[in-house]
Amino acid sequence: MTMQAFLHQLASGLASGSIYASLALALVMIFKATHHVNFAQGEIAMFSTYVAYTLIKAGVAYWLAFAITLVGSFLAGLAIERGIMRLLRNAPVLTAVVVFIGLLVVFNGTAGLVFGQTIQEFPSPFDPHAWYGTTYLSPHEVGALAVTLIVLGVVFAFFRFTRLGLAMRAAAESPESSRLVGIRVGWMLALGWGLAAVLGAVAGMMTAPIVFLEPNMMGGVILYAFAAALLGGIDNPWGAPIGGFIVGVLVNLGGAYVVGSHLQQALALAVILAVLVFRPSGLFGRTVVVRV
Amino acid sequence: MSTASAAAGLAGTRLRELRARALWLVPAAVVALGAPFSLSDYHVFQLTQVVVYAIAVLGLNLLTGFSGQISLGNGAFYALGAYSAVIAMTHAGVPYWATPPLAGALCFAAGYLFGRSAARLEGLYLALATFALAITTPQLLKLDALERWTGGNQGVVIDKPVSPIPALFNHDRWLYFFCLAVAILLFTGAWNVVRGRTGRALIALRDHPIAAGAMGIDVAAYKATVFGVSAMFTGIAGALGALLSGFVAPDSFQLALSIQLLVGVVVGGIASIGGTVFGAVFIEVVPDLTKHASEVSPALGWLADVQYPMYGVLLIVTVLVLPGGVAGAAAVVRHRLTRSGGHASGAPRSAL
Amino acid sequence: MTALLELERVDAEYGATAVLRGVSLAVPDGGMVALLGANGAGKTTTLRAICQMSVRTRGAIRFAGGRIDGRATETIVRLGIGHVPEGRGTFHSLTVDENLRLGALRRTDRGIAGDRDRVCGYFPVLASRLRQQAGTLSGGEQQMLAISRALMARPRLLLLDEPSFGLAPVLVQEIFRILKVINRDEKMSILLVEQNARLALDLVEHVYLLETGRVVASGPPQQIAADASVRRAYLGQ
Repeated sequence: MTMQAFLHQLASGLASGSIYASLALALVMIFKATHHVNFAQGEIAMFSTYVAYTLIKAGVAYWLAFAITLVGSFLAGLAIERGIMRLLRNAPVLTAVVVFIGLLVVFNGTAGLVFGQTIQEFPSPFDPHAWYGTTYLSPHEVGALAVTLIVLGVVFAFFRFTRLGLAMRAAAESPESSRLVGIRVGWMLALGWGLAAVLGAVAGMMTAPIVFLEPNMMGGVILYAFAAALLGGIDNPWGAPIGGFIVGVLVNLGGAYVVGSHLQQALALAVILAVLVFRPSGLFGRTVVVRV
Repeated sequence: MSTASAAAGLAGTRLRELRARALWLVPAAVVALGAPFSLSDYHVFQLTQVVVYAIAVLGLNLLTGFSGQISLGNGAFYALGAYSAVIAMTHAGVPYWATPPLAGALCFAAGYLFGRSAARLEGLYLALATFALAITTPQLLKLDALERWTGGNQGVVIDKPVSPIPALFNHDRWLYFFCLAVAILLFTGAWNVVRGRTGRALIALRDHPIAAGAMGIDVAAYKATVFGVSAMFTGIAGALGALLSGFVAPDSFQLALSIQLLVGVVVGGIASIGGTVFGAVFIEVVPDLTKHASEVSPALGWLADVQYPMYGVLLIVTVLVLPGGVAGAAAVVRHRLTRSGGHASGAPRSAL
Repeated sequence: MTALLELERVDAEYGATAVLRGVSLAVPDGGMVALLGANGAGKTTTLRAICQMSVRTRGAIRFAGGRIDGRATETIVRLGIGHVPEGRGTFHSLTVDENLRLGALRRTDRGIAGDRDRVCGYFPVLASRLRQQAGTLSGGEQQMLAISRALMARPRLLLLDEPSFGLAPVLVQEIFRILKVINRDEKMSILLVEQNARLALDLVEHVYLLETGRVVASGPPQQIAADASVRRAYLGQ
C-alpha cells in the first residue's frame, strides 16, 4: 500500500464521488419536494445519455449535444411530473413506488428497444493527453469533477439567490403556505423534476465514458447515489454532495484495500442498511422517520 | 354462543365460501391435474414454471399486499433458495425432494432477521432497502470467497429430478406434480391464515399500523414473521425453480426478477390469492408469447422488443386505473352479477 | 359603494362535514370588519373558504366585483388578498428576510426594499433577525413575521386569523395599533377573525357573530357589545 496508490484511489474516489453527488442531489430534490423516492432516476439519466450519444453520432459537436441533452432532459422531467407524478398527489406509498418502478422499466426497456443492447463507447470531451491530467487523475476524471462541481454550484446559486429558487424552496417546505403567497406549487414541483433530470443527465454523460454505454449502465451507479443521498440526509440538499464524495472515496478505498473490487456494491448496500437502521436521517437530515 | 357452535359456525362459513369458489376451483383442478398428460414437454415445463412463480408471487403478495411491507428485493430470497437447494444437492448429497423444506427454513430465518431489523422502517425506506438488496444480489452471488460453493460467475449445473415411476410420469411431468403438490400445500396454508384472525391482524397492520400497536398487536414481531414467511415461500419457489431449470447462475437473479414478481402481484391483484395465480400465469406466458410472436409472423417481431417497456406501462396504468388488479376487476364483475341474487360474495377487504 | 369582499349565502364543507351554512357578509373597500365567535363556530373556515383552501364551497364569493369561488388559492391571492393564517404559515427553514421576500414575490416594482424597511419599522425586532431562520423565532416574533409577509404583497384586503393567539397583551395591543395605522394610511381593508372580542370591537367598524356555521348577529361594534346575551357568551371571561 504505497502513498501514491492511496492518493490515486482517493482522487479517483472523489471523481466518481462527484458523479454520485449529482445523482444524489437529484434524488434529494425530488424527495424534499414530493416525499417520493425516484427509483427511476438512474434509468432516466441513462436515457438522456443515449440521446446525447445519438446526437454526437449524427455529427453534432460534443458540447452542443451536451447542452441540447440538458434542455431535452429538463423538458422531459417537466413532462413526467405534469403528466404522471401529479396523479400521485394523494396516493398511498405502494402506488407511488409501483409507478416509479414502472417508470424505471419503461426507460430501461425503451432504451434497449430504441438503441439496442450492444455496449457502445461514449466519447469524453476531455482529451486523454490533456495538460490537466495528473498523476492521480486522468483528464476525464478531472473534467468530470470540474463539470459536476460547476453544475452543482450553479444549482445551489440558483436556489440561494434567485426568486424562482426561493419559490421552489418554499414550495418544497410547505405547499399550502406557498399558495398563500401566490406560488403555483404544481409548476414548482415540475421545475424540480426538470432540474433533477438535468442533474441525472450530467451524471450519465460523465459516467458513460468510464463504464461504457449500455441500458444497464446506471444500475450500480444509482446504488451508490442512494447510499450518498441517505448518508447525507435524504432531505438535505447540502448533504447530498458531501454524501456523494464520502461514498465515492469509501467505495474506492474499501474496494482497493478492504473488501476487494468485487464487493463494492455490497459496501454500498451496507451503508444503506446501516443508515436506515441506525440513523435514518443521515448525517445532516432532519426527516422524522415514522417508527411503528 | 358456545365455543363448539362458534367453531361449527366458522367451519360452516369456510365450507360455504369454498362452495362459492367451486365454480372455478373444479375446472382449475381438472386443468391442473389433467393438462400435463396432453401437453408437450416444453409446455409442461412452462406450466411448472407458472406453478413456481405462483409460489413466489404469493410470497410477495403476503408481504406487500396483505401486510403492506413493500419489498422490491424478493428476488434475493428466490436466489437464496435456489442456491441453497443446489449447494445442498451438490455438496451434501441432499435429495431433491428435501431441498424445498431446507430452502424454506433457511430463507425463513434470513427473512425474519431482515424483517426484524427493518421492522421500524416506514414503507418507502423499506422499499429503498430492498431495492438496494435486489441490485447487489448478483454481485453477492459472485463473491470470490463463496466461489467454491456458488460456482462464481458460471454458476452450478445440477441433474434434474428423476421420476420414480417413469412408466406413469416422465421426468417433466413428475417434477410438475411435485411442484404442484408443494404449491397446493403452501396455498392452502396461506389461504387459511389469511382468512382467519391472523389475516385480519395483517390487514390491520397494513392499514392502521399505529392503531394496531395500540390494540396490543406486537407489530415488530408480526412484521418480522410475515417477512420470514414471505421469504420462506419465495425461497421454496427458488429451490423448485432451480430444480426446474437445472442450474443457477448469478445473472439469473437480477433486479428484473424482483420486478417481475412485483408485476405478478400488481397485475394479478394485491391481497388476492386468486389474483396471485393469474399474476404468475401472466409473467410466464406474456414474455413467452411475445418471444414466439415473430415465429407466427415476422411482422410481429416488434412484440418481443416492446414487451419489456410495456411491462412498465402496464405497472403504471394498472396501479393508477385498476388498483385491485385483475382480481379486483373480477370481484367487481362478480359482485355486479350476483347482486340480484342477494348473496354477498367474498370478504370485504380482500378479494379471494 | 360595492363591497370589496362579498360572501353571499356561502355553505362550506370539509369532506362530508358541513361547517358553514348560508353565511353572508361583506367588507367595504377601506373598511375593517371582525368575525367573532366561539371555538368551532367556523371563523377559520370562513377565511379558508375565501381563499379556497382545502374546503368545498357553495354560494358566491366576490372580490372587487369578480367571482373568486372555485378558483385556485394562488390565483385568488394574486388578485390582492393577503392571508395570515391560523398557524402563521411561516417557512421555518428559510430566513426572516427570505420569508419577507416571499411576500413580495409577485411584485415587480421597485418598492420592495422600501417596504421591507417599512415593516421592519412596524416590527423592529424583525430587523435584527433578518438572517435568522424563521423557525428559531418566538411565537410572537413569528406572528409579526407572518403579518409582515402578508403586508409585503401590498394586498387590498388583509385576512387575519386570530392574530392575538398566544401573544403577550402588550404585543397584541401593538399589533392592533399597527393594523389601525395600515388601514388608515394605506387604505388596506381588513377582515379580522378573533376570539379576543374586546380588542376586536375597539378596532373595527362592523362585526359579524358566527355560531355553529351561521351568522347570528351583524352590526356596528357598539350594538353587538350592548347585546347582553353576547356580552355573557363572548365577553364575560
